Amino acid sequence: MCTFVTEKIAVEGHGKGFPEWIALTTANVYFDHPTSLPLEHSLIVDFLDESAGASARVAVELSPQSARALVEAIETALARGEAEHPGSTG
Amino acid sequence: MYEGQIAETATVLGNNGDPIEAYAARPLGAVGIPGVVVLHHMPGWDEWSKEVTRKLAHHGYAAVCPHLFSRHGPGRPDDVAAAARAAGGVPDAQVMGDVAGAIRYLRQQPYASGKVGIIGFCSGGRQVYLAACSVPGIDAAVDCWGGRVVAPPESLSERQPRAPFDLTADLACPLLGIFGNEDANPDPEQVNTIEAELKRLGKTYEFHRYDGAGHGFFATDRPNYRPQQASDGWGKVLDFYARYLGGPPAA
Repeated sequence: MCTFVTEKIAVEGHGKGFPEWIALTTANVYFDHPTSLPLEHSLIVDFLDESAGASARVAVELSPQSARALVEAIETALARGEAEHPGSTG
Repeated sequence: MYEGQIAETATVLGNNGDPIEAYAARPLGAVGIPGVVVLHHMPGWDEWSKEVTRKLAHHGYAAVCPHLFSRHGPGRPDDVAAAARAAGGVPDAQVMGDVAGAIRYLRQQPYASGKVGIIGFCSGGRQVYLAACSVPGIDAAVDCWGGRVVAPPESLSERQPRAPFDLTADLACPLLGIFGNEDANPDPEQVNTIEAELKRLGKTYEFHRYDGAGHGFFATDRPNYRPQQASDGWGKVLDFYARYLGGPPAA
């Protein structure tokens, strides 16, 4: 894509980096050339702790098909979990 | 071919005199050699960009690849590239200052012939076009599939305020363009638009377009790599530099 179009959201979570878990404050979501995945384009999510520098990043590169399947799986898991544990908000 | 070479990380004084890291490679023992500034693509100052720098040294050029995202570090180049991207990319004015610094670095070296070219890929191709129209002292420019050279007003930003295409009248050196006909950015229609403007303005240029190739087809570590087209394209690049930079002395 070679553009800078990014969906940016604030998040509350932790991610497993290397070698330790890190706090996550931001997720940047975009569609562009991946660094590692051998595809020309991919859906990329950078989970970040922006206060801790560029290396505080948990990066995920997914094929478009896998990204859509992940969205569906997240929605399904959330719906099931919230039904079983009402009041679990955050 | 120059089998012996030295490659190392160097410091270039970039925009505003900022010290930025750069990857430099040159043939061992050769003097009176032209220089080439290598502008990396959006994935950053990566292994392939450094391979390109060494390839140019293999062919007798002193090449330097400034890390255009270095102000977003420290960190691994891929993490730093992600940070630069999230910031909306690096400002064009800053990149042009970094290019000017890389040119100064090359000309200051005792082995320099004084001639300096530039080459860039993807976003670096766009930056080559901008530099060739706005930075003094470039003797030959190679734009490899630079995207957004032709850019609608809504795609411009504070960091990238002008479409390089709009500066074409100021192009001050010969320009070589390498494009894949299956690329979407730039697509063949945009390449036609750029070529028509270069022709209209009487600029010295040559464009080579490859069937069966898309975006980034020189990149050996990516799925769009097309060995046959890339091999031919590199031949065009080296021939262009030999003509306009004088070429290196015989090895």
